[in-house]
Amino acid sequence: MHASKFIVCEHCDVVYERADLVRKQTAFCVRCGAELYRGPTVRLQTMLALIVTSLFVFIIANAYPLVAMDMNGVENRSTLLGSVFAAWNTGVGAIAMLAALTVFVFPLAQILLLAYLLGSLLVLHREPMGFVDIMHALRQMRPWSMVEVFLIGALVAVVKIAGMADVHAEPGLYALGVLTFLLAVINAFDLRLLWDARDRLAE
Amino acid sequence: MKFRTATEMGLLPCEACGMVCRDEPSIVAPCCPRCDAPLHHRKRDSVRRSWAFLIAAAVLYIPANVLPIMNTSSLLYNQQNTILGGIRVLWLEGSWDLALIVFVASICVPILKIISLCVLLFSTHRQSAWARRGRARLYRLLEFVGQWSMLDIFVVALLVSLVDFHTVAEVRAGPGAVAFGAVVVLTMLASMSFDPRLIWDEPRTLTSRK
Repeated sequence: MHASKFIVCEHCDVVYERADLVRKQTAFCVRCGAELYRGPTVRLQTMLALIVTSLFVFIIANAYPLVAMDMNGVENRSTLLGSVFAAWNTGVGAIAMLAALTVFVFPLAQILLLAYLLGSLLVLHREPMGFVDIMHALRQMRPWSMVEVFLIGALVAVVKIAGMADVHAEPGLYALGVLTFLLAVINAFDLRLLWDARDRLAE
Repeated sequence: MKFRTATEMGLLPCEACGMVCRDEPSIVAPCCPRCDAPLHHRKRDSVRRSWAFLIAAAVLYIPANVLPIMNTSSLLYNQQNTILGGIRVLWLEGSWDLALIVFVASICVPILKIISLCVLLFSTHRQSAWARRGRARLYRLLEFVGQWSMLDIFVVALLVSLVDFHTVAEVRAGPGAVAFGAVVVLTMLASMSFDPRLIWDEPRTLTSRK
């Protein structure tokens, strides 16, 4: 049976016959109100460009410090990974692990794996090795990628110590802001489009 | 309007890739032909798993709020802050907007999440037909806001690395932070284990399901 004829609401199990949507149209389930699918959004080529961009922004956000703090002439700068290691060193390893996974490992893995899949499908016109496993991994990582929460956390941290010492934002924080925006677009990307792209390639 | 569900039509949608497959009763453990994921009509042991995560989260919620999440020490003073205490400090320092954000993210969201999941689990257990659309919307909201509770954890991690001037001033993470991190992860796992399709199942669909 072909997959594209029916669509089943993930939230209430109602079956619909798929209708073609135009740009910016979204199909919702009539019974429970959940989103079913969207009309053509960004093209896969655009997505690949966005992902390559976000890889560079990710590198900048991690290479430069996020915040600097000056206290009586002594300056402390904090990078993203630096704060993870600091948390590790104060004996709260669980927190450090959680932060490392949600703001570093998962977002980076998402960017690299999507770049690999899209690059292989669009540029080499070949099914990427390990496609199925990577797709499962991408789906499972999605809810655990939390760069946007970390960004707001950084702002709260700056305000908290503003009264105590001289703090200012460093380039890494701006890069993190851009990265948050890019990752929001990437996380809204419907992974089913990749399954479809692979199926088209196989035909 | 009459709705036909996939279960009634003998269809099995794949949760992983969205492919709609035909349910062959002769196959004991069906797998998706496209992505190889196991196919189920409903998530397995959804209610039981969800309860387990939720109870664990509710228990840990107490140490998360009672124990200090942060320990600030300097030459002049030594201060231990709980989550609520940290919000109070923010408020008193005049950043009421951030105090509000942290309050919503670390106090309101976890409590509302725990209560709402209890409501969802109880009502599906009783197969109640009460406010189904509202409950479905509530579940979608829970999935959306879940990760924002991590906010305080990240604030602590950053403060620990920034305010590190040895004896002059130092911030260290407290045991409350670990408990709070566990609460956030457990409530996320609880809402992921819950199957929203159970909200809509009539008693007969439940018994006919294999």
